[in-house]
Amino acid sequence: MTTTEIGSNEQYNFEVVKKFAFMSVVWGLLGMSVGVYIASELAWPFLNFDIPYITFSRFRPVHTSSVIFGFGGSALFATSYYIVQRTCQTRLVSDFLANFTFWGWTAAIALGDISYTLGYTQSREYAEMEWPIDILIEITWVVYLTVFVGTIMKRKQPHIYVANWFFLSFILATALLHTFNNLAVPISLFSMKSYSLFAGTQDAMTQWWYGHNAVGFFLTAAFLGMMYYFVPKQAGRPIYSYRLSIVHFWALSFLYMWVGAHHLHWTALPDWTSTLAATFSIMLLLPSWGGMINGIMTLSGAWDRLRTDPIMRFLIVALSFYGMSTFEGPLMALKDVNALSHYTDWTVGHVHSGALGWVAMVSFGSLYHMIPRIWNTKVWSEKLIGIHFWLATIGVLLYITAMWISGITQGLMWRAFDQYGNLQYSFVESVAAMHPLYVMRAIGGMFFLSGMLLMFINIMMTIRSGRQAPAYIAAPGNVSAASA
Amino acid sequence: MGWIYWFSSYEHTKPLALVILFVTFVLILLYVYGSKKRGEKLESYKNIPFLDDESKPREDKK
Repeated sequence: MTTTEIGSNEQYNFEVVKKFAFMSVVWGLLGMSVGVYIASELAWPFLNFDIPYITFSRFRPVHTSSVIFGFGGSALFATSYYIVQRTCQTRLVSDFLANFTFWGWTAAIALGDISYTLGYTQSREYAEMEWPIDILIEITWVVYLTVFVGTIMKRKQPHIYVANWFFLSFILATALLHTFNNLAVPISLFSMKSYSLFAGTQDAMTQWWYGHNAVGFFLTAAFLGMMYYFVPKQAGRPIYSYRLSIVHFWALSFLYMWVGAHHLHWTALPDWTSTLAATFSIMLLLPSWGGMINGIMTLSGAWDRLRTDPIMRFLIVALSFYGMSTFEGPLMALKDVNALSHYTDWTVGHVHSGALGWVAMVSFGSLYHMIPRIWNTKVWSEKLIGIHFWLATIGVLLYITAMWISGITQGLMWRAFDQYGNLQYSFVESVAAMHPLYVMRAIGGMFFLSGMLLMFINIMMTIRSGRQAPAYIAAPGNVSAASA
Repeated sequence: MGWIYWFSSYEHTKPLALVILFVTFVLILLYVYGSKKRGEKLESYKNIPFLDDESKPREDKK
């Protein structure tokens, strides 16, 4: 293994990392605010105010796009650019192209959100953006791949650290998924409207091949890449087992591609496809837990850090939620369990235990670690990080508990028959039964959003103090400032 | 070219794919855990995130 000093002309490009990190926090605040609003609309429908622009149907993709692609995506851009430079010990291959990815990505999310509120959608879940925005994302993503691969190719470190494997897998898979899921024919060159190239069962299959692999590669593989750098860095000790990371990387990357059809159990999809997806979902438990165990065991011998370090708490609790939701996922992929859980709020709860518990928490921990370092300062308030942690944890627990109870209740009410073989409950009775749980979910969301607001304030104050400090990092030949 | 039709049958390609993928997985396991020396080398890569922590030039640890 070789190590190399970073000279003055080899300084890292942290400007683009700063921009993405900042926008991640902004999108997080915006996306979660909209999330709380639509959760409140479900509990208190008067909040629709008969204004079409803010109805649940238009705001829902604004929420999902802003949190998944805005908050999560920007955090991934920021951390992947940070990690690839530091583990390859070289600067990004092109400042211009890296900057292009920032503006391209940010514009795509903003245009997507505006178009949804105006009523434009291609109605593909987590891919609602119409074709002109899809093309912008395609170009941005190819440039991202170029920057990432180009940086790896000019690395000073002979070995490519495993975090970069996960990022590369995520970039390649997302390119494939985005391209094929969005194949569509516009009705005219000057219209936003387009029609999918697929129809019927094939269309459903393509959508969920995309949908679940978005979970697998965007929300899992990529955030594992984040975990493989920031957990060891924050713990001050190397990852538990590098060899385990290799095995679980290949197993995870291979298995995820097959499981999308478990979203289509008991539909027109051929039964063998459904069984195949369920089988692979069960097998997926092993590599998923391989990653969780590798991350958590990194803290072996230093568990006391959980008492004293709120950032470490975020990272380890994130891994715990990752383990829990990757156990719940295969369980829900079983046909018999799915017969009860599908189309109910249990699915919504499952998604949020992964999205809030895993994705958001690991991002919070990573951003709290990284942001003071790239602005060459200290975090403004560690106490606020601690408060943020508890608000987020209480918020997630309220949210997923409400959705578990709500989902199982819905499933049982919908399949209940009376003595004459008729449905025992009308649909609206199940809606009425959900009301207290929708209120509880909205309150959980408010907790989580309050934590996000504290993070926004903390990060803004941290950046402010970093800007007021001398520009130490830019000094020629200064390496220590750029290191942690 | 008649042999190529052998691949057009699922009854042939499914077990073939299973054998190829299973063997690949076993080869990965053997590569990772099969040699103590290689294992030590692989484990040494876990220190990469800490290599740019110091300001002074560092020596090759080989």
